[in-house]
Amino acid sequence: MAELSTAEPDTGPATGPEAGPDTVIATRALTKRFRGGQLAVDGLDLAVPAGSVFGFLGPNGSGKTTTIRMLMGLIEPTSGTARVLGQAMPRATRTVLPQVGALIEGPALYGFLSGRDNLLRYDSADPTADPRTRRARVAAALDRVGLTAAASKKAKAYSLGMKQRLGLAAALLQPRRLLVLDEPTNGLDPQGMREIRSLVRELASDGTTVFLSSHLLDEIEQVCSHAAVMARGRLIIQGPVAELAAGARGLLVVTTPDPGDAARVLKEQGMADVVVEEDRVTGEPPDRDLAEVNAALVSAGVRVRGFGLERASLEDAFVALTGEGFDVAG
Amino acid sequence: MSRAEASEVSEASEGSRASGISEVSEVTDVGVGSGTAEVVGLWKPSPLWALGLLRNELVTTLRRWRTLALLGVLAAVPVLVGIAVKIETSDGASGGGGGPAFVTQITNNGLFLVFTALAATLPFFLPMAIGVIAGDAIAGEANAGTLRYLLVAPAGRTRLLLTKYATTLAFCVVATLVVALSALIVGSLLFPLGELTTISGTRISFGEGLGRAFLIALIVAASLIGIAALGLFVSTLTSSGIAAMATTVGLLITIQILDQIPQLHAIQPYFFSHYWLSFADLMRDPVYWDDLFRNLGLQGLYAAVFGTAAWARFTTKDITA
Repeated sequence: MAELSTAEPDTGPATGPEAGPDTVIATRALTKRFRGGQLAVDGLDLAVPAGSVFGFLGPNGSGKTTTIRMLMGLIEPTSGTARVLGQAMPRATRTVLPQVGALIEGPALYGFLSGRDNLLRYDSADPTADPRTRRARVAAALDRVGLTAAASKKAKAYSLGMKQRLGLAAALLQPRRLLVLDEPTNGLDPQGMREIRSLVRELASDGTTVFLSSHLLDEIEQVCSHAAVMARGRLIIQGPVAELAAGARGLLVVTTPDPGDAARVLKEQGMADVVVEEDRVTGEPPDRDLAEVNAALVSAGVRVRGFGLERASLEDAFVALTGEGFDVAG
Repeated sequence: MSRAEASEVSEASEGSRASGISEVSEVTDVGVGSGTAEVVGLWKPSPLWALGLLRNELVTTLRRWRTLALLGVLAAVPVLVGIAVKIETSDGASGGGGGPAFVTQITNNGLFLVFTALAATLPFFLPMAIGVIAGDAIAGEANAGTLRYLLVAPAGRTRLLLTKYATTLAFCVVATLVVALSALIVGSLLFPLGELTTISGTRISFGEGLGRAFLIALIVAASLIGIAALGLFVSTLTSSGIAAMATTVGLLITIQILDQIPQLHAIQPYFFSHYWLSFADLMRDPVYWDDLFRNLGLQGLYAAVFGTAAWARFTTKDITA
């Protein structure tokens, strides 16, 4: 706690880097092998910069949740170290976790308690939470996620979306330096997703670092400043989202009633990874003037309805990195 | 966060209720967003706050429908025993031998229904109720997934375990007192009250009898310390509340059966239930303490051994539920 308490007490969270290292989460060679011998996380070196909205991506079973559980001190790493807010986990759970709000693998609630009583219980579990402000903080957290009207209902009567909101409210009971949100928009309707995203942006603008795991790539692309991609327990890549997306090349898309001929001509023109889907032919654009490519198509008698480049999305980067995707399916 | 700020938060949230959801974000900026630096730097949490979880746990446990049902069953036992004895003896015939201890004396003195009810519930109903509460303590939270949120709060593993054990012990006392009070009420309604005769044949006043009844209730509650610790340990081994409860109650029944097999007399003094019925010795005059102390010592041993085992298991366990 030494580093933390020497920080000026009135330093606004949004003003520049905090005392101590700039990384809020830092792991070194973090590894978890479960008792069955299964390697869930393999030599993970993760660095989450302070103040970032960090997207944590990976297919199901890639080790994201195991990583999050190790960061939260729920699972002991087999080897390697994890530091959260500058302190080693799981040893420093008592000082670190009160400053961390977490939503792990969906919400878990006491069905026989009301929404409000659920939050009161989670708040009383935190020995650093002031009981005198407990009710007020619970009311504020309920308000923030839009559950005030349903606060007295039993949690078992909540819809999945409402449970998700209540889980988020539990993460927001105290001012946090770090929020760890595992699939926070699961089960929410589009309106709810938008609200959560704007909540995440708002929290981030207050200076809270947000560590967000999701399988929805457009979600990550919309809200995250940084991202990391995991596959089969290993970290594939991490960095600012803009750089990650730039790493993947755009896609040339040709719409035509003659997809077979078009694919042949495009291959001749040097296009790689050609995929035919009904009247769409897509692939990596060749290194030459695309006008020439189009002219070649037309002169070969291919009727072209549409011809254009699709900007590379994070999804393309993701697919390219994890090696799961189009050329397999085609 | 100061009191002033707290009232600001509540004011703020009231304001937003009045003006609708659109203001939510603005409002909570005032409330939740403002104190980050303070919380980290200036604030010393009071050690007393750590007891908040125990208070919440006690209230939560006692408010559960399941807990109330268990207590209801326990309260019903003396009613049934009382009515049965009343019907049995209404034709003037004195009840013969058999049945739980003290049952023949109930007609003379309603206070004996307290002893009878405790003797009738101690072998099974009471420990079963404790087994349910203790078995569910950690495993039930793991099953519901709430365990991970309690630990991330952070409740602290040792603190959570102590809280759960303290709550289970509190439930032992409450459950025993429910049986005793229910028996006292039923006994005073159906039978006469007054001076009573001890097992040794001496007579003691009703007031002293009441005092001994209370002492017996406490001894019975203390007799459950062992199974409470055993149940808590089982609870740390699994992520299924039902499995933990079933295992604990199964162990209870197994031990009770083994305690009846003469060939096992060498190990029987180590069964947690072996000295349970020694509470009757409190009705001797003078009180015969030997078995009572043996019982308490054995319960303490169980609490130490299985409490330590539960702690060792729970503090090193990977929480994957």
